[in-house]
Amino acid sequence: MADKLVADKHVRYILMAEKKKESFESVVMDHLRMNGAYWGLTTLDLLDKLGSVSAVSGGFAGNTGHDPHVIYTLSAVQILALFDKLSILDVQKVSSYIAGLQNKDGSFSGDMWGEVDTRFSYIAICCLSILKCLDKINVKKAVDYIVSCKNLDGGFGCTPGAESHARQIFCCVGALAITGNLHHVDKDLLGWWLCERQDYESGGLNGRPEKLPDVCYSWWVLSSLIMIDRVHWIEKGKLVKFILDCQDMDNGGISDNPKDAVDIFHTYFGVAGLSLLEYPGVKTIDPAYALPVHVINRILFTK
Amino acid sequence: MHGRPRKAASKPEASAAKALKLRSVQSQFMSNHHRKIYTQEAIQLSAKLLAINPEAYTAWNYRKLAVEDNLSRIDDSDPSLVNSILNEELEVVAIALRRNLKSYGAWYHRKWVLSKGHSSLEKELQLLNKYQKLDLRNFHAWNYRRFVLELTKTPQQDELHYTTDMINDVSFSNYSAWHNRSELLSSLVAKKADGFMPKETIRRELDYVHNAIFTDEDDQSAWFYYLWLLDQTVKMETPLRTSSWPSDGSIIILSGPGCFNGSSSSSKFTTFCSESGSFPLILYFDQAVSGVSSSTVTIDSELQGNQDLVWEPVSDKNSQLSCVWVARLKFDSAEPCFRKENKVKVSLGKSQGIVSSRGCYLSAPYEFVFTVHIHDTVGEPQEGIVLWTDGFDNWDAQSKDLNSLITSDQLNADTGFEWRKQAIKIEIECFRDLHDSKFGKLILARLLMAEETMISDDAVKGVHYNEILQLYKDLMALNSSHDQYYKDEHSVALLHKVTSSTESLSRRLFLYRNMNNIVCLRLNNLTLSRIAAVEKFLFVQMLDLSHNELHSAEGLEAMQLLCCLNLCHNRIRSFSALDSLRHLKQLRVLDVSHNDMGGKHPVDTTRYLCSRPLSNSAEIGRQVPCKYWDAYLVLRDLKKLKQLDIIRGNDLIAGEEFSSFVRQVLPKLVWLDGHKLAS
Repeated sequence: MADKLVADKHVRYILMAEKKKESFESVVMDHLRMNGAYWGLTTLDLLDKLGSVSAVSGGFAGNTGHDPHVIYTLSAVQILALFDKLSILDVQKVSSYIAGLQNKDGSFSGDMWGEVDTRFSYIAICCLSILKCLDKINVKKAVDYIVSCKNLDGGFGCTPGAESHARQIFCCVGALAITGNLHHVDKDLLGWWLCERQDYESGGLNGRPEKLPDVCYSWWVLSSLIMIDRVHWIEKGKLVKFILDCQDMDNGGISDNPKDAVDIFHTYFGVAGLSLLEYPGVKTIDPAYALPVHVINRILFTK
Repeated sequence: MHGRPRKAASKPEASAAKALKLRSVQSQFMSNHHRKIYTQEAIQLSAKLLAINPEAYTAWNYRKLAVEDNLSRIDDSDPSLVNSILNEELEVVAIALRRNLKSYGAWYHRKWVLSKGHSSLEKELQLLNKYQKLDLRNFHAWNYRRFVLELTKTPQQDELHYTTDMINDVSFSNYSAWHNRSELLSSLVAKKADGFMPKETIRRELDYVHNAIFTDEDDQSAWFYYLWLLDQTVKMETPLRTSSWPSDGSIIILSGPGCFNGSSSSSKFTTFCSESGSFPLILYFDQAVSGVSSSTVTIDSELQGNQDLVWEPVSDKNSQLSCVWVARLKFDSAEPCFRKENKVKVSLGKSQGIVSSRGCYLSAPYEFVFTVHIHDTVGEPQEGIVLWTDGFDNWDAQSKDLNSLITSDQLNADTGFEWRKQAIKIEIECFRDLHDSKFGKLILARLLMAEETMISDDAVKGVHYNEILQLYKDLMALNSSHDQYYKDEHSVALLHKVTSSTESLSRRLFLYRNMNNIVCLRLNNLTLSRIAAVEKFLFVQMLDLSHNELHSAEGLEAMQLLCCLNLCHNRIRSFSALDSLRHLKQLRVLDVSHNDMGGKHPVDTTRYLCSRPLSNSAEIGRQVPCKYWDAYLVLRDLKKLKQLDIIRGNDLIAGEEFSSFVRQVLPKLVWLDGHKLAS
């Protein structure tokens, strides 16, 4: 039984992952090194240990040699925001790249190949907001498209008509929050759907009805609940316990559920979830931008 | 990343060998990609890479480039050549999907290939059937299915049959199929397709879902579908309902400047104080609407100067949608209209334009008439402190005043209400028989609330509330993880109960002597965690919500007449939770002491519900200390505030800095935390 957050072990796990580049698991995830860097670095900052790493290199692809895509562009911008190094970016170039991916109906493609998904709407809006270039896109149409993906159960899907899923809900609610459009969300209907994600026995959250609980939903469901002020509808203590139970108490790292192997992705979501649950010793994370609040305040309150 | 067991058995040597092989394939692929090499050999290498790792997204991009390159070289009028190239792609996707049925890259590649005009959509549907039998919850497959069906132009009725088959075949975890079903039905009903009128569709579906629920009570998907149907039964295509202040048939006495002073003449009627020479005309709709303006709402009034009124939604700056709309009607206590009766007639819906977010138009015209008396008041403005404990007289229970003040729901005659009432009655009978399950109780509570909203006969109104309150208490005990949810619902039901009859409401009404007998409603000590039923007490000018469990002021924005508000001893955690108060421009007295404000709760759950707080950030940074940005956004609109209780019992920095910040933002403030400020 885990009764505390073994923060030091998680720090060591993340730093080792940086070094263990030659395992099969690492090579298979080569293409998302950029995301991995964001997950690892944000976790370190939440645990107040950002000083432990040296500067990162990176483009806007998942890794050097790969093709550009908004998914990795966002992580790049978030990493630079963490280190307060946004000034090294060619903001014009990056924001034009993203703005150029908006389609006529307001949706966003992920890259030049045209896949459309509300994840990309969130990414574009979050990224451009950090860069203070939201006026480069048609915000109203972007919002209209997101609203067209709203379902009858109050949730959101990847495209119009697609089933509600916590990941898409986070993306849509986050995008609406950043642009000041949460009045489009039926907070009671969605709030109830979200609080029903909590599993009575384990206290963990799943991503949609009749699925298993998973630590990453501690972020996606929880941040959505917080943005619409309905987080009091879940039992926070039980969720904290579920996340702590998913730690590897010996080697560090957090996994999707207590029986499985750990990875950087779930380590981040576990710690971020604990932050939203106000776990002592963890800095506060912003639920919409998925970056520490002190970073967001620094960006938004200075010219 | 998901589902790998913790103590994995793979030996480090085997893993290193696999890694080395994959590294070499990857670097060879990268080299081909960057040198734009699209030979058969190179293309096959990319297929090898994707077979091992379908998430190597750059390889999918490469294949698209290779296809385009090859298509440009061949004679594309020969369909068999084109087909063979595209078929190859579909084969690679199929292999990748076998590895990972949830690969975004693989599914999108298939879509991309199909959009090149390659047909055999029949084959695609067969493949989909195979995948869906493996995992009916795979949303990639459902999305792809929708994509293919649109290409084949399959009628929605056929797809409806498919969802029926899926629901019947797969008894556990068929939420995706129910979701699809609800989307198709909504569309068919909206299109008014043959055999899909609301009444018959809902009856059919209720019977169908009953089957699922009563067969297996643990089938969550069926419960969610049922709740959606219930919502449709109550709301589908219903006309909008409105409440207003002043309400139909009411007599309003207005006092102008100087009205908030000492004792008044003993008037039988309630006086409304307004120092600004205008009073609000409030429209409260049961759904958020847009389009309220001087062309869709006409005013016929003996009061001067009220042409072309500006109607404003009480909502965020961004939004033109709101349940509450306000316009200000001017009056002048020096004018000849003073002391005589002034009738005001308000007409809505004569011209189309008011529409809800669901697309319902206010179709049937609606009119209401009220009378305004204007009284002169003289005297010095009152600067004494307002204490919530004395200066109150009981409401005169004999006075018939209240009936004219309470806004009544305007239920548009019939237009489909009968069959809805019948449907709900039948459902209530069904669910009374069900076991004591969580969903059973929750649905019964919701059914009873729905029936309450449909009752127009005053004698029968309020009959269900005790049962509803008991159901929520039972649920709090039965399902304690969600007890705060049930608590909120309990608060809503309790407020509706308290305001459901003039008798119960009048027990909580008082008159505040020191301010010319304005009406005070006491809702303190009711363990309320949420505000509701505000449309029933829009006429209240003084509201006591102290000693409850409220964590936000959400819901109070409609109370445009409010001048005194007591929220002390609640659970409010931040200024952003008080954002609704920005709209209460008449507020003179506010008590938010003894809450949870301050540093104890670092996570702000109402930050994004404020009106675009962060886009104002640059402006704020210049005017006030950044750390009070959320206090600034709430307080700066309360220009009439004379009395504020805030520091006692909160964790705020109680220093000179905060006090001087408050005085800077609220220049008219006289009393701060019980101390008179130096002028």
